[in-house]
Amino acid sequence: MELGVTLRKLKEKFGDWLFDVGQAFGDDFFVAHKDKVVEISRFLRDDPDLRYNFLIDITAVDYPQRRPRFEVVYHFFSLPFKQRVRMKVPVEENHAEVPTLISLWEGANWFEREVWDMFGIRFSGHPDLRRILLYESFEGHPLRKDYPVNKRQPLVGPKIS
Amino acid sequence: MRNELMDNVETSTPVSTNRMRLSIGPSHPATHGTVKIDVELDGETMVDAQVEIGYLHRAFEKSCEQGNYMHPIPYTDRLNYVSPLICNFGYAQAVEKLLAIEITERCKYIRVIMSELSRVTDHLTCIGASAMELGAFTVFLYLMKAREYIYELIEDVTGARLTVSYVRIGGVKADFPWEFEKKTRLALRKTREVLDEVDRLLTKNRIFYDRMRGVGVCTPEIAIQYGITGPFLRSCGVNYDVRKVTPYLVYDCLDFEVPLGIQGDNYDRYLCRLREMEQSMRIVEQAFDRMPKGEINVDFEGRPMSAAEMRDLSKFGATEGLLRRSVNAEPTLAGSERVFSGLVNIPERKVMLPPKEETYSNIEGLMNHFKMVMTGHGLRPPKGETYTAVEGANGELGFFVVSDGTDRPYRVRCRPPCFPTMAALPHFLIGYSMADLIPTFGSVNMIGGELDR
Amino acid sequence: MNTPAGGFFTSRLDKMIGWARKYSIFQYPFVTACCGMEYMATACSHYDIDRFGAGLPRFSPRQADVLFVVGTISHKLAPALKMIYDQMCEPKWVVAFGVCTCTGGFYDNYATVMGIDTIIPVDVYIPGCPPRPETVLDGLMKLQKKIQNQPQMT
Ligand code: SF4
Repeated sequence: MELGVTLRKLKEKFGDWLFDVGQAFGDDFFVAHKDKVVEISRFLRDDPDLRYNFLIDITAVDYPQRRPRFEVVYHFFSLPFKQRVRMKVPVEENHAEVPTLISLWEGANWFEREVWDMFGIRFSGHPDLRRILLYESFEGHPLRKDYPVNKRQPLVGPKIS
Repeated sequence: MRNELMDNVETSTPVSTNRMRLSIGPSHPATHGTVKIDVELDGETMVDAQVEIGYLHRAFEKSCEQGNYMHPIPYTDRLNYVSPLICNFGYAQAVEKLLAIEITERCKYIRVIMSELSRVTDHLTCIGASAMELGAFTVFLYLMKAREYIYELIEDVTGARLTVSYVRIGGVKADFPWEFEKKTRLALRKTREVLDEVDRLLTKNRIFYDRMRGVGVCTPEIAIQYGITGPFLRSCGVNYDVRKVTPYLVYDCLDFEVPLGIQGDNYDRYLCRLREMEQSMRIVEQAFDRMPKGEINVDFEGRPMSAAEMRDLSKFGATEGLLRRSVNAEPTLAGSERVFSGLVNIPERKVMLPPKEETYSNIEGLMNHFKMVMTGHGLRPPKGETYTAVEGANGELGFFVVSDGTDRPYRVRCRPPCFPTMAALPHFLIGYSMADLIPTFGSVNMIGGELDR
Repeated sequence: MNTPAGGFFTSRLDKMIGWARKYSIFQYPFVTACCGMEYMATACSHYDIDRFGAGLPRFSPRQADVLFVVGTISHKLAPALKMIYDQMCEPKWVVAFGVCTCTGGFYDNYATVMGIDTIIPVDVYIPGCPPRPETVLDGLMKLQKKIQNQPQMT
């Protein structure tokens, strides 16, 4: 399969830190080691041939059967070259922590807070890692697969479960 | 003269001011939706702002994992409830990408037309609401009147005004009804009249201009730092519209412009939205011109039976003459009959529900339907994940769908367009006076449903 | 007013107050979600809720008679709703607008309140997702009937 310029460049530069590089359903993706998240993102943003200037989204997926359990998913978009790329970062459950991207994109702030809220993945170096969609007294992280869909934790009113 | 006086006052008696904290929301008339903004005031000026969201968190993403691939469609209606059709199509497009299917040409045009109508309603609501908050109640009433015209069109096609659930994976629920094109053109003409009136009422209105111009200025750098998209980004002059940059459906065959602003303030955002509506209406008209026409006429002479009649007959064993007789679907399902369905939806039986008359009249259709909707059966995209972006009314609306090869989506993530904008909101508030919060917040067009999901 | 004649008098007065009250509903729209769009449509010229004397929204709970709870209430928002209800002066009524507020609707999950009647008392339930403006007007008329028929001077 012919790799696009983004993936080729990444492979050249960060070959040892990438677990997988490829194309699926028309999307470019690569799986990276979590220690290199910031460097890779900076490279994507600043390299004159890539210029991924938009951090479109940060989210995560929970695979309870897999080791490592979580996968943090980043989507980048390059307006000058009209390209999209997806970065996936596997994260262990008992050490669920990824470096934050706030130093590169301020928009990462809220996205990372949401991932923390929903999945319980920490972002090291994040200045304000609080819950964003739920309330502080909420226990657990609802988008994990082991959180029951209707386990309620009401603040007022009857405590039904 | 006046300034001198003021200067004197300031120098002679320095006024000591205490900073004041003020919470706006979660239920406040100007926060249409529920959001809380904690501002710190120094006199009239905002010196700090904290935005708290999540009051409308309804677990969209968790709910989507509970059923099959058709299950999230009603939930997507309620993401951006001002332009639900775009969310519908965005989700369907993501799943179609997973399934690697191509929808029919006519269906693409239908989706384009419906998205653009939806975009018009969204911008109408946004401008109307933010004008009302500045005191222009007339404008609000006018725009709601125009929105009602379009709601009626949408209702004609989908059967609902707001929560439409119009899309199906691989097609749409039903084709356009009789004479829809004519009605649409009429409604667009009336909408244009209203917009013209509003333009004359607002655009050169001194009060409106002064409240909007130079307020809530956003620079391209900040916008890109935060990942802001949509009219908000375009108002600061960055030309990014998903419809142009990575065209989907048939946007690349249609001729439209992307209005850009210069200063990135509230006034530019207002103008961008106003111009965008005009472009959307142009797209609708062009799409009608170019749409592949099919023979859409139901022959009433053949007198097909009603489904209920047929069912009753077959209950009493009179199945003899029933074979291969065509039936009328229920009136509530109008537009989903075979003739319509064949033109619009893909013939792939593993993806689409069969036309209703087949479900009601023959065993193959019934089984097909049954297989599609039963738990454990139904649509099974191959293992994998995709991200698809469409241009929502507020910006890039993305759906990231992960399939594990079963009939349930493993994960559905919606990339909400107004989330980054809300994250950046303090930048547009700090340094302005308290009263400027209202127009700035209005121009963000926060939609609770998609912000908190 | 406990004289025998007073009975007649108070019942007439009751009726009159009821009549006055039912046509001067000051509502507090607690708008959170999609139903708000239909609420707006109802309030605007096309459907014109003003015909029923309920055209004036008050955005302070202390000035309002009827609390319109429009849209999904999440657990995060529930304390705010309760506080607003508590701040309203008697007599007060609550309208649950949309199926989310009636029963939780199809959001049966960890984030949402299953019907606001688990938190505050409700007088009129308007079902629909969202209810059509006609349904809203019907619900409003039911509320007016209820206001008219209840004892006013308790
Ligand atoms: S009842 Fe339906 S339309 Fe109303 S808030 Fe709930 S989901 Fe939205």
